[in-house]
Amino acid sequence: MTRKVISLAEIRDGSLRNVSFEAIAAAKTIAQGGEVVAVLVGESVQSYANELIAYGADRVVVVEHAQLKTYTPDGYGQALMAVIEAEKPEGIVFGHTALGKDLSPKLATKLNAGLVSDVVAIEEKDGELLFIRPIYSGKAFEKKIVTDGIIFVTVRPNNIPALSRDDARSGNVMSLSVDIKDLRTIVKEIVRKTAEGVDLSEAKVIVAGGRGVKSAAGFKPLQELADVLGGAVGASRGACDAGYCDYSLQIGQTGKVVTPDLYIACGISGAIQHLAGMSNSKVIVAINKDPEANIFKVADYGIVGDLFEVVPLLTEEFKKLKVHS
Amino acid sequence: MNIFVLMKRTFDTEEKIVINNGNVNEEGAEFIINPYDEYAIEEAIQVRDKLGGEVTVVTVGNEDAEKELRTALAMGCDKAVLINIEDDVEEGDQYTTAKVLAEYLKDKEPHLILAGNVAIDGGSGQVGPRVAEMLGIPYVTTITKLDIDGDKVTVVRDVEGDEEVIEASLPLLVTAQQGLNEPRYPSLPGIMKAKKKPLDEVELDDLDLEEEDVEAKTKTVEIFLPPKKEAGKILQGELTDQVKELVTLLRTEAKVI
Repeated sequence: MTRKVISLAEIRDGSLRNVSFEAIAAAKTIAQGGEVVAVLVGESVQSYANELIAYGADRVVVVEHAQLKTYTPDGYGQALMAVIEAEKPEGIVFGHTALGKDLSPKLATKLNAGLVSDVVAIEEKDGELLFIRPIYSGKAFEKKIVTDGIIFVTVRPNNIPALSRDDARSGNVMSLSVDIKDLRTIVKEIVRKTAEGVDLSEAKVIVAGGRGVKSAAGFKPLQELADVLGGAVGASRGACDAGYCDYSLQIGQTGKVVTPDLYIACGISGAIQHLAGMSNSKVIVAINKDPEANIFKVADYGIVGDLFEVVPLLTEEFKKLKVHS
Repeated sequence: MNIFVLMKRTFDTEEKIVINNGNVNEEGAEFIINPYDEYAIEEAIQVRDKLGGEVTVVTVGNEDAEKELRTALAMGCDKAVLINIEDDVEEGDQYTTAKVLAEYLKDKEPHLILAGNVAIDGGSGQVGPRVAEMLGIPYVTTITKLDIDGDKVTVVRDVEGDEEVIEASLPLLVTAQQGLNEPRYPSLPGIMKAKKKPLDEVELDDLDLEEEDVEAKTKTVEIFLPPKKEAGKILQGELTDQVKELVTLLRTEAKVI
């Protein structure tokens, strides 16, 4: 059965977020050969449309309005409902991001639909789509099916691979005009606390520090290693509680759940609360002075040693590699 | 202020997960108030203490949840309501829970509804916003600060580490993020008082709901554990050699660099 599926694109710091392309790939799987229509919402966003087509969208619908400059559930809800009424999709894919998590339950409710959140893989069995998602903070997984109505899912960043970019692809880009009104929540101010650059939830490489980092200054060598690898810096709850870094960096059961290709845990003991946020990373490296530390049980590779010796050495090695390649 | 807290009793995910007959074995496991809901309860109590009114904690589940409701009462909530769906709903989903809660709340005229932003077991984070949408009131998710001045509400929302300062008005539903407050432990007098506080139980019938009205839109067909990780390789030798070996392994064996 082919389906028409829409996917929502997201823009951050002037670029499309990777999860926008991953959502297109997921939409393709759900569409089963049907049309995939990417949706762009914002104040002035038309220029991003071609990139979405290069990543596999058949068409792009652009919704532009001054009231859509910043996200609000009411504003984006009205924009998306207008798209849904015009396109009548049988499937919808959002990223499982702050925006996707906030908006998708509202739309699912308006559509009287189910919603499978935080999907990490999609399987097909006997013509039925199975959506795999973590439960119990990633300690188990469930396979879900949609039994009634539209197929609506959010996909966790970094899990469903995007299609490869093909700039030769072409597709229609259409503007949809909407009337945005009666916003009941107004964003007065946005306080930027995260660093510019690599987004923790989408980073391919994360260098994370725990109590072993000992101070705010102790994060500097970690940042240097992350910079060389094009990655982001994260932290355990212990490091955040101790005031070494901002809670925005926290990875764990409370905090962010991440699944990078490479996770380098520095001076992190490996409390269950932390493992819940990172244990599904593809490759885990642990650096810790204590050979008995729990983190070594989930690590693929471990170095028993002082992070302040090991991390700078690693940075140097990776720098050499960069020069050679 | 008529304040409601939506609470979920959850499996403590610090427990080891064992799967029996396709389900997570809950026997003997520790159950807790969902940690994010504790922030919601604490905030509700603080708002009431400042502005007056009453806090009602509501859960959807079975009678096992009475224990967690009593804990919420011991923390300082005034009333508790258990919506017991055990006999009526075999397998619900987030739609089911939200529909039940919204039907219960629709004639209660809530000024403020608080919930956790996500439950640590199911991890979907849908129920709060769904309830708000069903009730036709606005919502703000993952909040770290809440100020109420008359009908005007100023909220700080965590957006993947950045902060949005948001203005809204009552009635409003908010979902709590870590950092909103430091939830209190129930005090001994609190625990004594909680025993006398009202804990009502209602069923679908009392809400004029039929089973079909709350039928799930999605279904879990399988639960499985992630593949067991083999013990990793602890590198040996001089530190500089270990670092070189690690970089080689990451390139050639793990192929992530």
